[in-house]
Amino acid sequence: MLRRTFLGMLGAACVGATTPGKAGAAGHEFKGYPGSKGVLFDETRCIGCRKCEAACNKVNDLPAPEKKFDDLSVLDTKRRTDSKTFTVVNKYEIEGKGSVFRKNQCNHCLEPACASACFVKALTKSPSGAVVYDASVCVGCRYCMVACPFEIPTYEYDEPLTPRVRKCTMCAPRLAEGKLPGCVEACPKEALTFGTRDELIKIARQRIERYPDRYLDHIYGEHEMGGTSWMYISGDPFSKTGLREDLGTKSAPELTAGPLAAVPMVAGLWPVLLGGIYAVSKRKDKVADEERKDAVDNAIAKASAEAEQTLSEALSKADVANKRKIEVEVKKAVEEALSAKDADEENGEESSEEES
Amino acid sequence: MATPGNNGPKSVFNTFNLVAGTIIVIGLIITVIRFYKGIGAVTNLDDNNPWGIWIGFDLLCGVALAAGGYTTSAACYIFGLKRYHSAVRPALLTAFLGYALVVVALLYDLGRPWRLPYPIFYQHGTTSLLFEVGLCVCIYLTVLFIEFTPALFEWLGMKKLRNFVVKGTLALTILGVVLSTLHQSSLGALYTIAPSKLHPLWYSPYMPLYFFVSSIVAGLSMVIFESSISHKKLHRMMDEEYLKHHDSVVLGFGKACSLILFGYFFIKTMGVAYGNNWHYLASGYGVVFLIEMLGFVALPCFLYAVGVRDKNIKLIQRAAVLTVIGIVFNRFNVSMIAFNYQLPSSERYFPTMMEIGISVFIVTVGVVLFRFITTRMPIFFEHPDYKGEH
Ligand code: SF4
Ligand code: SF4
Repeated sequence: MLRRTFLGMLGAACVGATTPGKAGAAGHEFKGYPGSKGVLFDETRCIGCRKCEAACNKVNDLPAPEKKFDDLSVLDTKRRTDSKTFTVVNKYEIEGKGSVFRKNQCNHCLEPACASACFVKALTKSPSGAVVYDASVCVGCRYCMVACPFEIPTYEYDEPLTPRVRKCTMCAPRLAEGKLPGCVEACPKEALTFGTRDELIKIARQRIERYPDRYLDHIYGEHEMGGTSWMYISGDPFSKTGLREDLGTKSAPELTAGPLAAVPMVAGLWPVLLGGIYAVSKRKDKVADEERKDAVDNAIAKASAEAEQTLSEALSKADVANKRKIEVEVKKAVEEALSAKDADEENGEESSEEES
Repeated sequence: MATPGNNGPKSVFNTFNLVAGTIIVIGLIITVIRFYKGIGAVTNLDDNNPWGIWIGFDLLCGVALAAGGYTTSAACYIFGLKRYHSAVRPALLTAFLGYALVVVALLYDLGRPWRLPYPIFYQHGTTSLLFEVGLCVCIYLTVLFIEFTPALFEWLGMKKLRNFVVKGTLALTILGVVLSTLHQSSLGALYTIAPSKLHPLWYSPYMPLYFFVSSIVAGLSMVIFESSISHKKLHRMMDEEYLKHHDSVVLGFGKACSLILFGYFFIKTMGVAYGNNWHYLASGYGVVFLIEMLGFVALPCFLYAVGVRDKNIKLIQRAAVLTVIGIVFNRFNVSMIAFNYQLPSSERYFPTMMEIGISVFIVTVGVVLFRFITTRMPIFFEHPDYKGEH
């Protein structure tokens, strides 16, 4: 059966085309590359001096900002990262406590939403822990920006030909050289600590244990969105310093695992079901056709039987009535013939006139 | 009624051409600015709002409203409902044009549009739902084109090719349904990755299902809606076969829409219950949600039902318009209105005139092409050489 072979092939092709790579995404837990690096930010130590911003600007060769980095008045307005700024420090007023500062940048998630959203793999989580970007394949769809729960990736909207997604790289090139990330190196208050993620979690726990009334018992980023390489500890609820506490612990791939897993199922099952429906509707047509034919045959048979009966009845009746009828008919025919003859004569005259 | 071939309005300078011409000229000017100065020069997109009306309307609505192609051909060829045959060609043409223009619209929105084939041919981001959307749309566009070619070949008088393609109808139809199921639902699934950005009344793990089910109603309603417009404007191109079946197509589709809308209302309500999001109904977004659900799902569902009961074609057509608006409203809600609801209003997105201009431009191009093709090729009528052959 040609149709069946085709459907089989289609199912196989679709399943084949969509499964590789998906298996890895289907709801497993990824705890990060062993020994991968990260940074711990301690909100209680940050003084909002913007030295990290300046260092980031320098090591990443970013254009000079409008206001100099030692101008602290910019802290009065809330800022976000943009295509020329990979990190910003914001000031938050906490009631009864005064100003608290928090640095914001890419959190280098363990299972980054941005990377799982990218349809050309331009964003990848590298074993070092950094989430890095390859501009040479980026199509510029900006789905990474839609996906990132921390609103980190930014875009060069004013670049007509070569716009890039821009975000903190955790200084991946410097890490490769064995150097510290620019911001970490520049921080005068050791608010930033660089190390392997496992170490950082231990350090954070120790600090929380040692100063229980200085810190909340929560390492932000340990579990949020499946865990991040950049983590935070603080004395105030994280939502007060612009970190969302409603993100949950599901990673991005977990969120999309369901729909992705449905793909091979739809591709495999649909053709079979639809083929079945088609077969049923075909069969229905055929049965209906046959039934109609049978019904017609029956009707004809019945009708002809009836017709025969009426005919024979009519014939026997006719026998009696016939004689009289013939007489009448003959009389009628004679009369008609006579009158027709008269008419013919008149007509003949007219038509010969017309002809001439 | 006109015979095939005798076509088009008499003068080139009728109202339609003048309006369409102006829009197209403006569109071309914006196009130049867009590709000369970058996306930032013509849009209000920013780092918080990477997707605007070009995705929300051109892509999401475009694909949903072009769903008539797969729904109609499935009804006719798979479910064996032969009386919908006359509706298949117009629906397929609309779908093909719709998808082709979705791709054109994407070229405006992408930062590096010439790399559009990258995800398919160069490096596959298989973990991305956008990859699936891209792959399916790409293949489906090809399928739609092939499905449409018989009309083209009939017009060009290429009998052999035409008969060859017609033989593959069933296979193409099934392939079309599979691909449509996948990408229609994936468009909804795109947003499952951002639970923190989409308002809980719209966010649901069932979004793929919502998008798929609503795409069926969108497709059927569009067929009804479009046929009512074409009826007025292109009546001269329709043969008796088409006209004879028109009312029964409308009635049948209306009945289907009523049922599916009912089901859709039900699963959407289940979604709210599942997330236990009832309390949000009392908020501002709750009002928007209720308008969408009551005004554009429950109401057309009811109107369709009444229209079918009373065989009231007019009422069914009204219900179709309401449904189409409702689908657009829903896609706008998901992609723009309820998206980024957590941001302060000063950081929210509203499209520029130029962004809207491009969307209007693309729709206009679609209408112009639709007119051009239907006034020449056998879309609303059967080609005399192939009468009753299907
Ligand atoms: S914070 Fe955003 S940009 Fe950074 S890795 Fe996570 S998802 Fe990607
Ligand atoms: S904008 Fe570039 S990096 Fe971001 S998802 Fe699209 S292709 Fe990937």
